[in-house]
Amino acid sequence: MPAPEGFRPPAVDDPMSGPGGGPLLTVTGVTKSFGGIAAVRNVSFRVEPGESVGLVGPNGAGKTTLFNCICGQLRPENGTVELKGTTLGRLPTFRRARLGIGRTYQRVEVFADMTVREHLLVAERARCAQGQLLRDLANRSRPTPAEMARVAEVLDLVGISDRAEVPVSALGLGSCRLVELARALVAEPILLLADEPSSGLDITETRELANVLRTLQRERGMAVLLVEHDLHMVAEVVDRTIVMDLGAVIAEGTFDEVMADSTVRHAYLGTSA
Amino acid sequence: MEHFLGFAIPGIPYGCTYAIVAVGLVLTYQATGVFNFAFGAQAYTSAFVYTKLVQNEQFPIWLAFLLSVVVLAPLLGLIFDRYLFRKIPNTNTTAKLVTGISLFVGIPAILPVLFGSQNQYNSPSILFDPNTVYFRVASTPVNGIYLSSVVVTAVVLVALVVLMRFTNLGLQMRGAVESRRLVQLDGVNSGRVIATAWAVSSLLAGLAGVLLAPIYGQLQAQDYATLLVAAFAAAAWAALRSFPIAALVGILMGVADTVLQGYLPATSSLSAAVLPSLPFIVLVAALLLVPGMRKLHDDTDPLSSVDPPPPPTTASLRAPQLSRVIRIAWYVLLAAFIVSMLSWMPKTWESVFNSGLAFSTIFLSITLITGMGGQLSLAQATLAGVGAFTAAQLANHLGLNFLAGAVVGAVLAAAVAVILALASLRLKGLGLALMTIAAALFFDNSIFSQIGVSHGKALTVADKWVGLGILNVDGHNLFIMLMIVLVICVAAVTLVGNGTTGRFLAAQRGSETAAAGIGINITWQRIQVFALSGAVAGIGGTMLVIQQQSVNANQFNYELGLAFVVIVITTGVSTIEGAIQAGMGFVVVQQVLTYLPARYGGNGLTFVLFAAGALTYVAHPEGILEYQKRRWTMRFQRLLFHEDPSSGRPTPPGNGSGHGATSPVSVPSLGGGYSGVAATESGAGHAGT
Repeated sequence: MPAPEGFRPPAVDDPMSGPGGGPLLTVTGVTKSFGGIAAVRNVSFRVEPGESVGLVGPNGAGKTTLFNCICGQLRPENGTVELKGTTLGRLPTFRRARLGIGRTYQRVEVFADMTVREHLLVAERARCAQGQLLRDLANRSRPTPAEMARVAEVLDLVGISDRAEVPVSALGLGSCRLVELARALVAEPILLLADEPSSGLDITETRELANVLRTLQRERGMAVLLVEHDLHMVAEVVDRTIVMDLGAVIAEGTFDEVMADSTVRHAYLGTSA
Repeated sequence: MEHFLGFAIPGIPYGCTYAIVAVGLVLTYQATGVFNFAFGAQAYTSAFVYTKLVQNEQFPIWLAFLLSVVVLAPLLGLIFDRYLFRKIPNTNTTAKLVTGISLFVGIPAILPVLFGSQNQYNSPSILFDPNTVYFRVASTPVNGIYLSSVVVTAVVLVALVVLMRFTNLGLQMRGAVESRRLVQLDGVNSGRVIATAWAVSSLLAGLAGVLLAPIYGQLQAQDYATLLVAAFAAAAWAALRSFPIAALVGILMGVADTVLQGYLPATSSLSAAVLPSLPFIVLVAALLLVPGMRKLHDDTDPLSSVDPPPPPTTASLRAPQLSRVIRIAWYVLLAAFIVSMLSWMPKTWESVFNSGLAFSTIFLSITLITGMGGQLSLAQATLAGVGAFTAAQLANHLGLNFLAGAVVGAVLAAAVAVILALASLRLKGLGLALMTIAAALFFDNSIFSQIGVSHGKALTVADKWVGLGILNVDGHNLFIMLMIVLVICVAAVTLVGNGTTGRFLAAQRGSETAAAGIGINITWQRIQVFALSGAVAGIGGTMLVIQQQSVNANQFNYELGLAFVVIVITTGVSTIEGAIQAGMGFVVVQQVLTYLPARYGGNGLTFVLFAAGALTYVAHPEGILEYQKRRWTMRFQRLLFHEDPSSGRPTPPGNGSGHGATSPVSVPSLGGGYSGVAATESGAGHAGT
């Protein structure tokens, strides 16, 4: 498949690419059922380093289930998920996160007792935290200037610096989505799984969010796998689009290609017009 | 076969009462989403009133039954629903458990206070004459007690299955348990549906209570607690869903109990260890093996987002000036306390406060596991007992110093807590609460009573085992040691709470999914917090036995474990000061009550007071004391600094702004907030088109 316009091909020795400069994420034949109902059926695709891929489809298509399989929150019955050529297998979610898979959620998942800044500090610390209990007891766990600077940088990037000290319980849905995004970004993921990030945002916020994702992808080479119902945003952000329906991939290509596909139109509109 | 039936048939009445309670638990859970810990207490209340009316007031049996079971029991259920459980959001499992536990602790304690502590004996049977043998099964006589149990159980079971499966009310109950707010939107009076469920399940509790009463010679709350635990196990095997399975397991447990009693040698240690642990073994097996119990996670109410956010802590709302004043006041109070303890404090009160320091250390373990870790453990008294018994065993058998023994005890208690954490890795909320109560029962019945120093009898702590003149009644070494131990534990808990571990635990409390998603190892966090809380509880337990100068199993039984949770939740489980106030408050209230007439003294009324405090958890999950502190802090700040109550927390910019579109719906002036935090800016708002 030709590289889409604006796509930055990774260098051969790019730390984000797999052995020999292969794909960043390879999903092969993933199947997941719930009580006999196949939510994801034999799905396979790849995401190249620094690539932005849209994963779209009607409600119930299996997009979030697929995300959960990639993150390790669900175990697929069949198929494999590889990151940089390494099979993730039974690796738990937190280990996948430390390997560089960041995630935002369809239903907002925030830490109710924390402020926005605390969210980011926790995420920054979680990246490499080991043996923290002894450091706590020795009173050596205070945030370092480097951590504070890193957090401030991400707050600026996402545009929520003015809300840094606000408890998330006092924020609206749109702001919470930005907090989720910032929390995922602070860990410097090599692959961001964004699950309906624009849900609850207004038009201006959605546009700003699209800009952030595009900037991260272009300037920092972060790959993005985007599940989104706002097709304008998808068109603006992604290099390539995968369409799912009833658990299976039904089309793949550039945004314009898949939107012109009759199968896709049928899945969305119930007609082959 | 005849031999077997001879052992099995006497177990049937017990089994039937287990079955009725188990079925009642399943009904309450199915219809209201509440696992009713108060069920045993409700059964005991009906039995108590029934027996008292018949024996003391000479009421006819039918009238006593009518008043105690048909009137009182449903009335209690309706009161619990109306004033307590109805106010708890479906998703708040902890609040439901805490409220049930408060009733479990408070109700049996308040009955002797209200009616006097005279014992009740020989309750009459409700249906058939207990002394008449109606027929024989394989040569085993079947009397009125057996017959009434079986008949009532069969009728109850059939009626419930019909109610839930084939009636409109049953369908509405099953809908209301998911979200009472959602079924209201469908036009169902969910309040009435759930109230009916409470009335029916409470009727079952009352029925089980009076059915069981004639089986026991003497009416004791303890027997009803045991009944409840057996019913927990039966309900767990039914995954809190199936009435027939719950009933069947309940009956089998009753039968297994008497069969094992028959076949195991009466005096063997195996018999002494296995028989009391049967409910524990069955409950743990259900928690580990029944998939439905492993999936008993928090309920998902589609409308849960309308629930208010958790209130901020008082400390986060205080103006810096007021914080300084309060900090200085605390230091002054602490200094005055220390000086008083070392100088003029009467020996009685010095002993009371010393005891309070030891309890504060134990209660810190609850702050760790529940306040910071977000896990409701009901085995903290047991972990304290593990530490205490270890130190006592080492002192008694090896002559090891008690303080060194405390360290070994803390390590062992931490190890037990880790095993508990590993066994309950997939459980949380209700599942974890049941696993920890099962562990507490196991230690009560099979460990503390068997390997306890002097075979479970109290052992006097000898001066030579403690040293440093700590047990010298004329000195203050005990106070100094308890203070040092408490300060070390407070410092450790504070450092952990403010450190990375505390932040990770806060993240985990907020969302386990998101916490794992950013790289936090949830399992490891859980093991760490269990281990730490076990160690702190173990140290506190050892301190308590040094202060009380004796060790026995009753100091650390599972009921105390439940009471401990209730006490700490009353004062505030999320703060360290809450644990210290709980420890001190517990002993001071106990001591003050000794000045009242005898029936009000002892633990009874103390538990009632704290249980009443914990019942406010529904409205104030931060603890009633913490809530009052926040309230008074706001008032002071308004008075002293003329501050707006909401100014303690920053308000997000841009909240409440509309987009100027023409709107078909307009809200002229709406303002609202939670705990001083503005949620809706007052002013005109419009719904977008």
